[in-house]
Amino acid sequence: MHPRHAYCLRAAAVAAVFTAAAAGAFAAKTLVYCSEGSPEGFNPQFFTTGTTADASSVPLYNRLVEFDTGTTNLVPGLAESWTPAADGLSYTFKLRKGVKFHSSPKFTPTRDFNADDVLFSYNRMADPAHPFAKVTPGQTYAYFEDMDLKNIVDKVEKVDAMTVRFVLKKPEAPFMADLAMDFASILSAEYADKMMAAKTPDVIDKEPIGTGPFSFVSYQKDAVIRYKAFDAHWGGRPKIDNLVYAITTDASVRYAKLKTGECHVMAFPKPADVTLMKTDPAINLVSQQGLNVGYIAFNVEKKPFDSKLVRQALNMAVNKKNILDAVFQGAGQVAKNPIPPTLWSYNDKIVDYAYDPAKAKALLAQAGYPNGTEVELWYLPVTRPYNPDGKRMAELIQADWEKIGVKTKLLTFEWGEYRKRSKVGEQHAIMFGWSGDNGDPDNFFVPLLGCSAVKGGGNVARWCDKTFESLVEKAKLATRQTDRAGFYAKAQEIAHEEAPWIPIAHSVRFDPVRKEVTGYKMDATAHHYFNKVDMTGQ
Amino acid sequence: MFGFFLRRLGLVVPTFLGITLAVFALIHLIPGDPVEALSGERGMTEERYTRLIHEFGLDRPLPVQYGDYVWKALHGDLGLSTITHEPVFAEFMARFPATVELSLVAMLFALALGIPAGIVAAVKRNTAWDYSVMGASLTGYSMPIFWWGLLLILTFSVTLGWTPVSGRIAIQYDIAPVSGFMLLDALIAGDKGAFRSALSHLILPAIALGTIPLAVIARMTRSSMLEVLREDYVRTARAKGAGRFRVVAIHALRNALIPVVTTIGLQVGTLLAGAILTETIFAWPGIGKWLVEAIHRRDYPAVQGGILMTATIIIAVNLIVDVLYGVINPRIRNA
Repeated sequence: MHPRHAYCLRAAAVAAVFTAAAAGAFAAKTLVYCSEGSPEGFNPQFFTTGTTADASSVPLYNRLVEFDTGTTNLVPGLAESWTPAADGLSYTFKLRKGVKFHSSPKFTPTRDFNADDVLFSYNRMADPAHPFAKVTPGQTYAYFEDMDLKNIVDKVEKVDAMTVRFVLKKPEAPFMADLAMDFASILSAEYADKMMAAKTPDVIDKEPIGTGPFSFVSYQKDAVIRYKAFDAHWGGRPKIDNLVYAITTDASVRYAKLKTGECHVMAFPKPADVTLMKTDPAINLVSQQGLNVGYIAFNVEKKPFDSKLVRQALNMAVNKKNILDAVFQGAGQVAKNPIPPTLWSYNDKIVDYAYDPAKAKALLAQAGYPNGTEVELWYLPVTRPYNPDGKRMAELIQADWEKIGVKTKLLTFEWGEYRKRSKVGEQHAIMFGWSGDNGDPDNFFVPLLGCSAVKGGGNVARWCDKTFESLVEKAKLATRQTDRAGFYAKAQEIAHEEAPWIPIAHSVRFDPVRKEVTGYKMDATAHHYFNKVDMTGQ
Repeated sequence: MFGFFLRRLGLVVPTFLGITLAVFALIHLIPGDPVEALSGERGMTEERYTRLIHEFGLDRPLPVQYGDYVWKALHGDLGLSTITHEPVFAEFMARFPATVELSLVAMLFALALGIPAGIVAAVKRNTAWDYSVMGASLTGYSMPIFWWGLLLILTFSVTLGWTPVSGRIAIQYDIAPVSGFMLLDALIAGDKGAFRSALSHLILPAIALGTIPLAVIARMTRSSMLEVLREDYVRTARAKGAGRFRVVAIHALRNALIPVVTTIGLQVGTLLAGAILTETIFAWPGIGKWLVEAIHRRDYPAVQGGILMTATIIIAVNLIVDVLYGVINPRIRNA
């Protein structure tokens, strides 16, 4: 063959390869989501990361109660209704009738969802002697333990086939929000029995069967997860037919895939790319206030932070607006309370410490530091959802404090080490943050500023205020939300006055979505839901 | 010849011990531990922390942990991943074919371009040809893979739309993994579209990964060719009236390729190291990406097992190359 002919043929072959790759038209509607990482597994009871929740509890399972997408309001899930007892010591759930479980090559359900599934799912986590407690070696019920449910719930009773009662050890209002969390997903007891009989009980954790809007098809490690719409889903069949997660760890590559249409929705864009995405005609940039807070905590056990005046002075000395512009590039909101404004009970009446170096200096002198002082500030070694750049933020604060005569030494450690050291109180002033788990204010106040969290290590300010503590405890016991909101509003006044923190910012989250996707709504707890979306032009 | 083989094999034992010790020491030296890495801002209770540390066997003295690890590794047991709780060996094998497939294609790319380029540069030395080949190869050698990969994606996938951005195959093809090699599996499935798609997904990562070996091979071929072209037998061949092509391709090239073969063997290490970056950029589900993730999460068994397996492969390939070299060139057997 003449070399030139060979070349032409090869060129034609290459062209054919490219066209084939570009032609992604299917008959069915397939939505591709570029996710940020591989799931640790498919049983949401074991794991705490959002990545795993996105791949397991969100598409595959349901909870008794669920978050209304976009808010943290509780709506009926597998329970149609619930009634707390007058003493707050028990909650009775009426279960939804006619809810179907998925089927798989190994399992075809013969009955609908009922109370046995709730008891199975709960007892498996709560009772170490449960036959399924340890079927998957090495796995533990991390979130169940973290939320301390074994000290909250005494037992779960089956009242009748479609009614269950949770009996509590003490009144605990945030308990309902715990039940909407990923780990409280409902698994099929019938599937478990069948796999136990087949002597392969651990299959229930690897080949998930749930009641969710999508059923599991396959998982190729580190590459692709496939789901298909579940026709018999109790909430109605999703409008798309196939849901595919293309695991793509690099954010720039996810963005490239979104641009070329290889995926339709991407997770976690880089803050630097957001500006470009805003002007991209193929992309809708959906945004939502994050359920989070980034803050500087003062270790009140150390000088000079034992003085309230010093803490207030350092609050006044920080130019938060400047930080928002430089670090968050506008994708955030100045914080004045420990909780974000999206959360009920947020006290908007509180007036933040205004940026006023002169007043701050005077306050510092009044506290006995007329010539200023020296402090250490620990800054985050990693990017977190509530803080894109800890170092930059620390440098800005260092410059601000310098102006009132406070010399600041900046320090950091490897992330695991950072948390370990801060737990035992080695820090001076420290940068930290929090993303809410369940949309209950208790989930911010208690783990971050409660007295028990000083010992537990989550309260890095090591601040334990009797009045604040009693308000937060009262809010835990009250069952009416309006009463609870009142207690939390007062607690925020104390947190402001005593100033154990400088609340810096609540970040805004972005989900870039291609224009052909309609009906996409962002979730308040940073999960990605696709059960309501549709696609045009496919 | 057999004695030579045994001597080479004997060197493998201390190398192995050195690797296990280095990996074990390094992973335990970096701050943090697998349990700490599991907890985020929420942290975990002291009781749960100690329980998990005990479950992972991390509360034992380090020498005991090391001994246990080597002993089990010798029995083919690399332990369980602390993240997925699946055997490390199975996790490794599930991803290894993807890396091999990518590396083979990258090597093919490097050879197909590197050897001809090296020959051209040698034959036309000190001409524009030579300078441009050597200039290009220096550039290729110095290019950071991460940047080069992104540049390829932005040019060929995003701007020109010729190639897919990342992954192994377009998502409409759900090919069951039989061999683990996507090209082969697509053929087994008898799906021509899937084969084409898998091939098109290989182009950019293979270029990104093959660029450094390509540069090394081109330079090596050139210098080795230059040396051989000066040999008496080449002059003799020319004097006999052999054609220019025949002299270069038959007389010179075959002798010049001997050191190139060694270089190719050494490039296996470069390929596996480069795979870590290439796989991360191109979302290629191989062992490189897996290892990076394991390091981030302080998954000690996965890091130790993964590196041990990788080192074994590199040692094995080098051993084979050494032996092959001895076969090709009897002079070094007794060296």
